[in-house]
Amino acid sequence: MELTAEEREILAGKLGEAARRALEYQVEVGRFWAARRMVPVTNVHLMGDIEVMGDGGLEFLREEVRLGARCRVSATTNARCIDFAHCDRLGQDPAEVAKEREIIQCMRRMDVITTDTCINYQTVYQPHLGEHVAWGDTGTVIYANSVFGARSNFESGPAALAAALTGRTPEYGFHLDENRRGTFAVRLDASLDDLADWGAVGKLVGESHQNYFAVPVFHGYRRTPTADELKHLGAALASYGSMAMFHFVGVTPEAPPNIKLLREKTVVTGKDIESVYSGYDLGDGDARLVVFSGPQQSLFEVRRLAQLFHGRKLKEGSSCFVTTNGAVLAQARALGYAKTLEDAGVTILEGVCFYILQNLSPLRRSRRWTNMVSNSAKIVNIIGAHRFNAILRRSAECVEIACSGVLR
Amino acid sequence: MSVVRVQQGFGPVVEGEALLSEEGFSPRYDLDRWSGIITRPGHKLEGTSIVDKVCFFPTAKGGIAAGWAFYDIKWKKIAPKAFIFGVTNPVMVQGAVFAGIPITAGWTPHPGEVIRSGDWVRVDPARKLIEVVWREA
Repeated sequence: MELTAEEREILAGKLGEAARRALEYQVEVGRFWAARRMVPVTNVHLMGDIEVMGDGGLEFLREEVRLGARCRVSATTNARCIDFAHCDRLGQDPAEVAKEREIIQCMRRMDVITTDTCINYQTVYQPHLGEHVAWGDTGTVIYANSVFGARSNFESGPAALAAALTGRTPEYGFHLDENRRGTFAVRLDASLDDLADWGAVGKLVGESHQNYFAVPVFHGYRRTPTADELKHLGAALASYGSMAMFHFVGVTPEAPPNIKLLREKTVVTGKDIESVYSGYDLGDGDARLVVFSGPQQSLFEVRRLAQLFHGRKLKEGSSCFVTTNGAVLAQARALGYAKTLEDAGVTILEGVCFYILQNLSPLRRSRRWTNMVSNSAKIVNIIGAHRFNAILRRSAECVEIACSGVLR
Repeated sequence: MSVVRVQQGFGPVVEGEALLSEEGFSPRYDLDRWSGIITRPGHKLEGTSIVDKVCFFPTAKGGIAAGWAFYDIKWKKIAPKAFIFGVTNPVMVQGAVFAGIPITAGWTPHPGEVIRSGDWVRVDPARKLIEVVWREA
């Protein structure tokens, strides 16, 4: 790799041992991908909590703090695994809770801003066209590349932290023009009236084209999609397809003016969307767990849920979880949405994702949950790791299931 | 000698028992991160340990959280000797390099043509090749 004079100085230890190790690691990753050089980044978003890091990761962070690691660019944290206000009720392990607190302290000592959100792109930082960033989780990356026209690869926790310490990342993948072009066209011949419908599109297109370097180009849709709709589309494409970018003609900044040059052209119809919903096995019919999470809810999503739950109550014995970040929750409280949800019996968790909750598998067993119902195609995909039978349903149907206890 | 050539590689030369999978892999979706056994119901290697194996997977699955997972399993001494991917993604590479686990991507021919699970293989990421050292008769 071609390194600048500054980068050679970092490797010589000018910015300290933590930065030296970080850049050495980044150069190895860059070599694997035949990166020609490093590219400066303006913003980092990183995943780091005890559920994903484990004790080894925590020990690594302690060492970083001992070495005096400090962020060179603004860095924020992704959703974590513990909401300290709810950890006892959820039966989370006190020893792991203590480790989570230590991780937060380590992050802050390195000057990481602990925002605890996976919707940084809606609430914290919106990079501009062509801006290089180093982000994870995958939903944040696909939104940055696609909707903002910013440039990021999937940056896992260690890689994003390294980028924060050095202020740069290896130039490969979606930092390069040649990987950002559309590779196949998808005509949207469906009305897509609910957020879950957008996730269903992501599932259909992602599952059938699993490849980090596949870039779908959506076209033919007759309305302007909202930010939340693009969020659910992107999160599902990234989850089912491992994709990091999509284009949307007339909507996203780097969409091609026409799709004639793309050889592969597919269509998603309303019938295809219906087949997604009818394809789920309802298992034993258990309807006691409904989750709105993965990604965290925006203010608009919380408001919509408050409208749907207004004046209603969860079915006795049922649980419903909404996860969001601190900023959205503060506004939702001020606006009364949170109270409406809590009056209905909904539990609002702050700063976490349901999927990575510490102790989720034991929680599932103790509550004897078998199914999980959600309007998020992403969480429906990944929650299987905890042996839930997951079922995608439209938002209003999810609320109906939560209040009636009947799964259809 | 049976040889598979790879396109990209990281890490030192290692030897170990080959484990070939027809299905992709995620250390979070598929693996029990306390035992090193693939436990996701329905995975084609369900019930199989990856500990100390040279693991051949056609694709990488999973999101960002996988990046910490390799370091975690290395810390717990339940890591494989190497990850050999047909197609991979940045998270797998970032995770493997961080954990110091050799990783390669891209293969010719398909390993299934020349390597069987149980063969003792040598992985040489720098020379970009994988060789069968011996095979039980």
